[in-house]
Amino acid sequence: MSLSVDAGSRTRTVPPGPRRHARPPGGRRLLSWLDLRAAPYFFVSPYFILFAIFGIFPLIFTAWVSLHDWQLAGDKTFIGMENYTELLADDKFWNAVLNTVGIFVIATVPQLLLALLLANALNKKLRGRLVLRLSILAPLITSVVAVAVVFTQLYGRDYGLINWVLGGLGIEPIHWQNAKWSSWVAIATMVDWRWTGYNAIIYLAAMQTIPKDLYEAAAIDGASPRRQFWGITVPLLKPTIIFTVIVSTIGGFTLFAEPVMFGAGLMTGGTTGQFQTVAMFIVKEGFRDFQYGYAAAAAWILFLLIMITALINFAIVRGLGRSR
Amino acid sequence: MMNNTRRGVLAAVAAGSLVFTAAACGGDEAPAAAPSAGGSAAPAEKIEITLNTFGGGENFAYDDAVAQWNAANPNVQVKYVNLTDRFEDTYLPQVLQWLEAGSGAGDIIAMDEGAMGLMAARPQYFADLGQYGLDSRKADFPAFKYDVGVNTEGKLFALGTDIGGMAMCYRTDLFEKAGLPTNRDEVSKLWPTWNDYLEVGKQFKGKVKDAGFVDGANTVYNSVLAQEAGKNGGLYYFDKSQALVVDKNPGVKAAFDYVQSLSSAGLTAKLRSWSEEWNTAMQKGGFATMGCPSWMLGVISGTSGEGNAKKWDVAAVPGGSGNWGGSWLMVPSQSKHPKEAADVLNFLTGKDGQVAAFKEGGNFPSSVPAQQDPTVAEAKNPYFNDAPSGPIFAASVAQLAPVFFGEKHAQVKAAVEEVLVGADQGSVKWDEAWTRFVEEGVKAAG
Repeated sequence: MSLSVDAGSRTRTVPPGPRRHARPPGGRRLLSWLDLRAAPYFFVSPYFILFAIFGIFPLIFTAWVSLHDWQLAGDKTFIGMENYTELLADDKFWNAVLNTVGIFVIATVPQLLLALLLANALNKKLRGRLVLRLSILAPLITSVVAVAVVFTQLYGRDYGLINWVLGGLGIEPIHWQNAKWSSWVAIATMVDWRWTGYNAIIYLAAMQTIPKDLYEAAAIDGASPRRQFWGITVPLLKPTIIFTVIVSTIGGFTLFAEPVMFGAGLMTGGTTGQFQTVAMFIVKEGFRDFQYGYAAAAAWILFLLIMITALINFAIVRGLGRSR
Repeated sequence: MMNNTRRGVLAAVAAGSLVFTAAACGGDEAPAAAPSAGGSAAPAEKIEITLNTFGGGENFAYDDAVAQWNAANPNVQVKYVNLTDRFEDTYLPQVLQWLEAGSGAGDIIAMDEGAMGLMAARPQYFADLGQYGLDSRKADFPAFKYDVGVNTEGKLFALGTDIGGMAMCYRTDLFEKAGLPTNRDEVSKLWPTWNDYLEVGKQFKGKVKDAGFVDGANTVYNSVLAQEAGKNGGLYYFDKSQALVVDKNPGVKAAFDYVQSLSSAGLTAKLRSWSEEWNTAMQKGGFATMGCPSWMLGVISGTSGEGNAKKWDVAAVPGGSGNWGGSWLMVPSQSKHPKEAADVLNFLTGKDGQVAAFKEGGNFPSSVPAQQDPTVAEAKNPYFNDAPSGPIFAASVAQLAPVFFGEKHAQVKAAVEEVLVGADQGSVKWDEAWTRFVEEGVKAAG
């Protein structure tokens, strides 16, 4: 192979063939220009229009509301950043942030690890693989409220199944709602039960795009399955892991239905706010106490928290596998 | 109606999806409930009055009453729209948005006790019913029911519909086990005062270990506080200038102390009202007594099921009186036909309207003439061993003193009761509970 082989093609000139027919008159030219240039924008516009109405506008309006002492059917006074300064000094808000982060960590870390291992197992040749693959997705299609109701009964203090089992082992019944650790664990299991399969399926789909010859080559070089998993699967899944981490971060930070159901439908999240998440805090301020401005400010801070956490997670996960 | 503390467990969840967009909601949703705007084609005199209510099941049970009115008044037709079964998280925010937007609300709207203080502090949104002569109805109502419908400008803006009252429900099977009398008159005699009630509780716990004497902190606290408020100028958490008095009102402290003494003596089953555990305990006999407003009878029979029929009975409440829950009707000033709306309101809150609602849904009337009607006065409840529910509840509200609800009553009530439940269940220590109780009240009052 030498560079000179195809050198000739560069100097070749296009033969002066007959010019195509004359340009169309102005009106049709505009139409064809529109067809070429504007039509694609027109076709994608429904999404952006809907996004502007239901995404951008509420964001901006919420920001506007957050600068007011905004009471529903009451006074609305512009107070600048006062809601934000008050919020940052409100230990109830920080308690909600702590709960949200705590539940997020103890729910998401085991969940994604488990999903990864499940996906790896399902990627192997197994009998009844399709049934297994479908069945791990089954929890996702159950209603979140149904999940929460069932789990809340399992975790019942007086008549719950878990306390009944613990009682058989001679352990005192636990009032799951009463302490931070126990309520977090209970809620994290509800989240995990529902979402582990979903993440596993996403990982599985990504795993199937990894070329088999990489594994074969590694096996010939003597790499153990464990080594193959950490050395090939995980690094090549990185974009997918980043995606699931970001989606889980958003889900974890807006956690709402499970803790609400767990706390008898109240927005207080336990008698001393043991498991009140930020989303519950916002609903409580906005729709129980009718402090829209304060709730709007909390919503914006939540938005910023999600952004920051997603970025941190992105940075952490990007470094994943690099050290291996 | 009586949903101020009955939060549908499934209910609150859906509200979450509203969080981030609700601030953007204008006032013009739910056009279906908009009043009379499209009625221009009708003859000039024919008017449609929209009645908005809330509540599950029979809710306000005004179907028969509305049918009666519509038959008698062809020119003023009432359209009865029950908007939702959820008061706090759906109905109240929606009504507030309509009031703010100046359109959308019905010509008559119903309001739960919990939000009456808030509405009384917004006189600009409601018609003055005195202008239509409805202040002449004052004698029909117990003072405490009537006075709540008078706003901060001293004008009548709402009249009462149903009323909770207060009795004491008890499990006859558990009482028998404890060697206590089971006949309701003898049981009522056991506890003329709250101290007697406490003593009976100790006696009960001495015999029955595996059941609580009382369900938890909420109902007892509310019953005691309603009586104590009457002794302290009718005040709960706010005085009449809307200043917070949660730490200064001796009635609040007395009710707090009483709950503490019950809980410290180990008499409660440490249950939160409306929780799953509470429901299950009701079915399985997890507690022996519970403060019972009239609407609670339906809750007990519905939750405990047919298997427990005749195991529950109704006795008088210690201290003799009490109230929990109840609703009012009012005419928003945005109504195009306030006069006709006031006429309809007058009918619905009057004797015939309330007796019809009692027959249809068992809603106990607040109107005294309706209470004296034989339909109500001789009513018996078969689920509760044919307890004479009519006379029991009528007696419990006859002696109630007028009370005042502050603008943020509902928020403060929710916040401080949370501390009581926490102390009862052990997440708050009793010796720190009062400080926390006051702190939470101050925070909730904003």
